[in-house]
Amino acid sequence: MAEEAKSTVPVPKGASAPTGGVIVGQYPPPEPVTRRSFLLSWAGAAWGTFTLANAVGAAATLRFMLPNVLFEPPQKFKAGKLDDYDWDKPDQRYKTSQKAWLMKTHTDYNKKPAFIALDTTCTHLGCTPNVLYTENKIKCPCHGSGFRFTGVNFEGPAPRPLERYKVFIDPIDGQITIDKTKKFHYEKGEWEDRESYIDLSSA
Amino acid sequence: MAKKGELGRVWDYIVNTQVWRSIMRHGYPNTPRNRSLAVLANLVLHLHPLRLRKSGMRVRYTWCMGGITFFLFLELTITGLLLMFYYRPTAEYAYADITYLRADVPLGIMRELHRWGAHAMVISVWLHMMRVFMTGAYKPPREFNWGVGVILLLLTLLLSFTGYLLPWDQLAIWAVTVGTNMARATPVMGHEGPGAAFVVVPYSEGAGTISVVHQASDVRFGLLGGRFVSAATLLRFYVLHCVAFPLVAAFLIALHFWRVRKDGGISGPL
Repeated sequence: MAEEAKSTVPVPKGASAPTGGVIVGQYPPPEPVTRRSFLLSWAGAAWGTFTLANAVGAAATLRFMLPNVLFEPPQKFKAGKLDDYDWDKPDQRYKTSQKAWLMKTHTDYNKKPAFIALDTTCTHLGCTPNVLYTENKIKCPCHGSGFRFTGVNFEGPAPRPLERYKVFIDPIDGQITIDKTKKFHYEKGEWEDRESYIDLSSA
Repeated sequence: MAKKGELGRVWDYIVNTQVWRSIMRHGYPNTPRNRSLAVLANLVLHLHPLRLRKSGMRVRYTWCMGGITFFLFLELTITGLLLMFYYRPTAEYAYADITYLRADVPLGIMRELHRWGAHAMVISVWLHMMRVFMTGAYKPPREFNWGVGVILLLLTLLLSFTGYLLPWDQLAIWAVTVGTNMARATPVMGHEGPGAAFVVVPYSEGAGTISVVHQASDVRFGLLGGRFVSAATLLRFYVLHCVAFPLVAAFLIALHFWRVRKDGGISGPL
């Protein structure tokens, strides 16, 4: 290292005598690195490529965590004919598979006969309540929220009635069809919406 | 570091906060002292020596095979971890999940990255061993680290072998059937191996003996969790592949790197 330093650092004539001709601990002054010279250098290109590759890898990893295929029931399902269902009694046959209670009842505001589909998700914190037929109510086991069979809350911490799914009769095969992508909230007056029930007054 | 203007003042404020100073234990690394501190105070860099031989940096001397092996180990850890989010090690789902990963999950190349990385790691550890042998880097004082390296080589092969079963296709099941059949011939511990016939206990007085090492008690039985490759084997190999072997390997890799430094750094040319 001393040999190298001696060859690159200019030594003034005559100054070599006192130090014995060896300069210890001195390096050639480094060339100043500016932002532009760094970005255009091989080191800049390498760091840039490394950063870019990491960014692409991180984005791809995030995308990997979002699956393309879901092993869940479809959001829209068929539920047979109107004659298969009772009046004013939540039917449980699609409770576990589709999270829906189906029944014939009367609309809340003008007592028109109607077929509705209730979402079985409690409006308090999302548990699935039980239908207690002998007590005429829907009761959530988690925190005790109670609902009438129409879905309207009357006890416990639930702040609003259960939600209703969009229901309609498929014009091709005449079956009840439930579309879970559209939901109707009582507190927003949406239960009066024509899509939230099947009108049975003509039936 | 005299910075002017608003940005400079903001920068000065940030680097003087208690949060910043608690993370960065030294100044900007533009002096020899701060550069040394930057290496010493960094969890990753402190494994690396402050100074090393010029030959240690020469790719034609080291082939960088140890570094490449370590890089592949990290790559396999990350891709393996991601695969674990979609793969279930059961006879019902394993193969279906592999095809699901390839066909339907985003970035279907993830499983191939893991597989190619595994093949590359097996190759690179052998080449690393060859380089160490050719340059005489196993000689004193580095004998112990050679031993650690041999165990790491075996762990790499075991990781490769246990991962081989996880796709749960015909190739995997029969390859592991063949591979574990060799364990029958293990001395004493395999039921067809030399010495196994002598490990017996007396049955009753004068009425002969019972062999201790038989088909349902030998080392192959323990490896498979049964008499043949089954769902129990799949779960067993999965746990070994994803937890047991990587943990041991990570510990030994740390020991291996530490000993490289303690034994005088990467060995120089003879």
